[in-house]
Amino acid sequence: MTAHQPKPSRIDWLTLLIYAILVCFGLVCIYASVFKETHPHIWDTSQNYGKQLIWIGVSSIVGLMILVIDEKFFFAFAYFIYGFSIILLIAVLGFGTTVNGSSSWIEIGGFRMQPAEFAKFGTALALAKYLSGYNVNFEKNRKVQIISALLIFTPMLIILLQNETGSTLVFASFIFVLFREGLPGWILLAGFTFIVLSILALLYPPVYLIIGVSILAVIFLLLVRRTRSLVLITIGAVVVAGLFVSSIDYAFQNVLQAHQRSRINVLLGKNVDIKGAGYNVQQSKIAIGSGGLWGKGPLQGTQNKFRFVPEQSTDFIFCTIGEEYGFAGSVAFIGFYVFLLYRLLLMAERQRQKFNRIYGYSVVCILFFHFLINVGMTLGLMPVIGIPLPFISYGGSALLSFTILLFIFIRLDANRVNELRTAFD
Amino acid sequence: MRSGEKQITLLIIFLSVALIYIARLFYLQVIDTSYVYFAQNNVLQEQTIYPARGLIYDRNGELLVYNDAIYDLSVIPEQVKNLDTLAFCNVLNLTKEEFIATFARLRRQKGYSPWRPIVFQRQITIPTYAAFQEKLYDFQGFFVEVRTDRKYKHSNAAHVMGYIGEVSEKQIENSNGYYRMGDFVGQSGVERTYEKVLGGVKGTRYVLVDSKSRTQGRYKNGEFDTAALAGKNIHLTINLKLQQLGEALMKNKIGSIVAIEPSTGEVLSLVSSPTYDPNLLVGRERGNMYMQLLKDPYKPLFNRPISAPYPPGSIFKVIMSLMGQQEGVLTPATSYGCHGGYLFVGCHPHGSPLQLRGAIAVSCNAYFCQVYRSVVNNPKYKHVEDAYQKFYDHAYSFGMGHQLGIDLFGEGPGVLKKSTYFDKIYGRYRWQALTTISMGIGQGELGITPLQMANATAAIANKGYFITPHIVKKIDNKSNPNPSFNKKNWTSVDTGYFQVVIDGMQDVVEHGTAYIARIPNITVCGKTGTAQNPHGKDHSVFFAFAPKENPKIAIAVFVENAGFGATWAAPIASLMIEEYLTGKHETRKYLLDRMLNADLIKRNDSTSAKAK
Repeated sequence: MTAHQPKPSRIDWLTLLIYAILVCFGLVCIYASVFKETHPHIWDTSQNYGKQLIWIGVSSIVGLMILVIDEKFFFAFAYFIYGFSIILLIAVLGFGTTVNGSSSWIEIGGFRMQPAEFAKFGTALALAKYLSGYNVNFEKNRKVQIISALLIFTPMLIILLQNETGSTLVFASFIFVLFREGLPGWILLAGFTFIVLSILALLYPPVYLIIGVSILAVIFLLLVRRTRSLVLITIGAVVVAGLFVSSIDYAFQNVLQAHQRSRINVLLGKNVDIKGAGYNVQQSKIAIGSGGLWGKGPLQGTQNKFRFVPEQSTDFIFCTIGEEYGFAGSVAFIGFYVFLLYRLLLMAERQRQKFNRIYGYSVVCILFFHFLINVGMTLGLMPVIGIPLPFISYGGSALLSFTILLFIFIRLDANRVNELRTAFD
Repeated sequence: MRSGEKQITLLIIFLSVALIYIARLFYLQVIDTSYVYFAQNNVLQEQTIYPARGLIYDRNGELLVYNDAIYDLSVIPEQVKNLDTLAFCNVLNLTKEEFIATFARLRRQKGYSPWRPIVFQRQITIPTYAAFQEKLYDFQGFFVEVRTDRKYKHSNAAHVMGYIGEVSEKQIENSNGYYRMGDFVGQSGVERTYEKVLGGVKGTRYVLVDSKSRTQGRYKNGEFDTAALAGKNIHLTINLKLQQLGEALMKNKIGSIVAIEPSTGEVLSLVSSPTYDPNLLVGRERGNMYMQLLKDPYKPLFNRPISAPYPPGSIFKVIMSLMGQQEGVLTPATSYGCHGGYLFVGCHPHGSPLQLRGAIAVSCNAYFCQVYRSVVNNPKYKHVEDAYQKFYDHAYSFGMGHQLGIDLFGEGPGVLKKSTYFDKIYGRYRWQALTTISMGIGQGELGITPLQMANATAAIANKGYFITPHIVKKIDNKSNPNPSFNKKNWTSVDTGYFQVVIDGMQDVVEHGTAYIARIPNITVCGKTGTAQNPHGKDHSVFFAFAPKENPKIAIAVFVENAGFGATWAAPIASLMIEEYLTGKHETRKYLLDRMLNADLIKRNDSTSAKAK
């Protein structure tokens, strides 16, 4: 078998274009959100936009390097990369710099990096490699399922220990990948039900919920053909739901930290504390809401310019879009982002190698999860969890890791033609 | 589920999230407009531009009140860096403890923000300001704000001008949101009654601020800003020189002087003694000084001439003479004998019997008790109440028993009882003139403010009418700012009855009880009073107008617990008249000196000690 160099034309230029547009738009938004009259130049490296510009350069170079590396490299070094990111994560636990309460940063020469960002594509690579192995059947083999879960939970746990809830939750996005690879739909549904139940449990006393679930179960049993096992399963589900609902309340009061409790309360609209925990969300909604239909225009957002929204250039970057470009701009942005996700989904599905496909799905799901939480948070629909909006938010290591994440996939995708050719050789 | 279906499931999840978010955005940005308002609230800060307060002049254009720059030391705590606390404390003359305590106090203040300027020390002195300005560079975060405060060029007429102070919560409530916490408004005197004129109109400037309340620029280039309208200047009717003499004469005496120009009702002088220097009630010590003045046993803050009711004493006999004639129970030829008094009302020795003019001249108690009796026990009326009502109406028409409506804050009504008052005490139809006989000589249930007395004098000088006394002559250099002060208020006594009374008052000065009040070449008409009162020695009272033909000044002088009217009040009034009409006291230097130097407060103290 002869090795074939991938033809450059096979690189998915459309995705690269979308990436470029998003990154440039992100830079414009960062510029708008931290703009100071005293530092008007976008290449002023003392400001966030100047720093971001440097990071864009770095990311481009790294991205370019990835595109010229042999695609087999990623398959071969998947476990190594995964292992290295785990070591980094553990190292951070010991020597990390604490920023905003989470000790998840490594500081090198003035630039801070967050290993958790790199653990994302490390995990994606490792999971893809493991599941694409011979005789590995995720659907049927219990052992495979457990190992997959371990691959995901290990970095999750370390990141949780670093007090970095946001990044921890991002790993939940792998559930969609596993769903694609054969995880039964009911687990996804059960997970969703549990989320709904948890929210309800925080809003209402558990007794009401248990009664409600029981009534639903009775109605369900009346409507379907009752087999013995179905009745048992239903009763079991009700009992589990009851226990779950009761334990949520306990966990909320005893396990969660005060600031997390208050964030959840704010989200649920329980005690909206405009000055305290609710401040971010309230200001975020004000900024977005005041944008109106057409927005205030670039650099015209008063809420932005005058720093009413905290973390404006990082976690709350969507406020800039909402305020300065209005409803029209926000819809266009969301449309554009979903188009990227759709494009990546198509690309993932067209992969012939399992490794490529699983990795592709990981990329889509990680990006989607960030989008879901980040934008939902600025709109007051999701709890305030500090995770960036990929390619848009300010943050060097985030941009770099998302670039690596995406470009590895573009590189893998570019090879599919060569695989075809190999097949016909 | 096949893999294709799974892909579609994921796509559907993506699209539903996108749709939910778009719906949410539509709600936030298009449907709910309140966020636009919130955003404006965030960035728009309304700043008040304070107008310059109007100046106050006397009737001759002499400046009395102006605005002076004061310097507040402010600080933006967040910007304080590398402060040399010791040097800072030295400049401000503070101890380190005071410095720390001040900062702690600022931090506790409502609405404290380290990014917002806050006053560190109010009204630093000019030397401190100068010293501070030199070292400003060393004290980062501190800066000096210039404001204006009232400054009084002369230390006179404190009670007329009043003072300004921070608005009370009630005033804020009543102002429909015009006043804000910390605004200064007139709290008494002209400053208060003419607050709207002097105060001007505040302007507003809209600026954009960031989340730390730092100014970032004008809102829409000042399109919505309104300019401040400076307060208007006021000319008082007060004659400064006359006022100064009045205050000098009343020094170390307790009492009042009110001088009115009879033809216009303009108040020429309004002296309340003891007085205070109005400059005490400005500046950083305002609060302390105010408390000190409030505690002073002689009540310097009390505006005696317009609010204190005194028993008028014998000067009321003039009013009695007028109403007796009007009621037809008295003619200039009516004569009563004096047997050293009337019932329990005593009288001093003088010739007897006397006709009306003579009775006024010697101030015969018995005579006026007879007049009072004939007015109140007038057989023309079926009941004593109806006759007394006539007495009441006449006195009322001279401005007694009610507020005259002077344009000053805190005017008192005096005391003039209705018949129902006596009904309550004695029972209906169970009392008559003799029951209340002392009112005939200005004692008993009568209280009259010096202003009312001066006003009554003006009415006599005008032979039957007065013009409501007022204190403001011009606003913004326009005369006659308040047309209601042009109206002639006619008394209920016909003009024809006044001549004999005026002649009698002339006699008082020429060869009667107030001989001392005679002024060479000027015919003064006056009447002394020695008012008994429950507080000690008699009040010395005198009222007069001059010249007799074409009166230019009507004056009432009350000196509390000083003794005979002729001893103190009459000479003081006379000197005032002379000052106003001639500006000289050449022939009566001795009298002027004696009056200026007399200390009746201390003497009173010694007599009260003796009484003990």
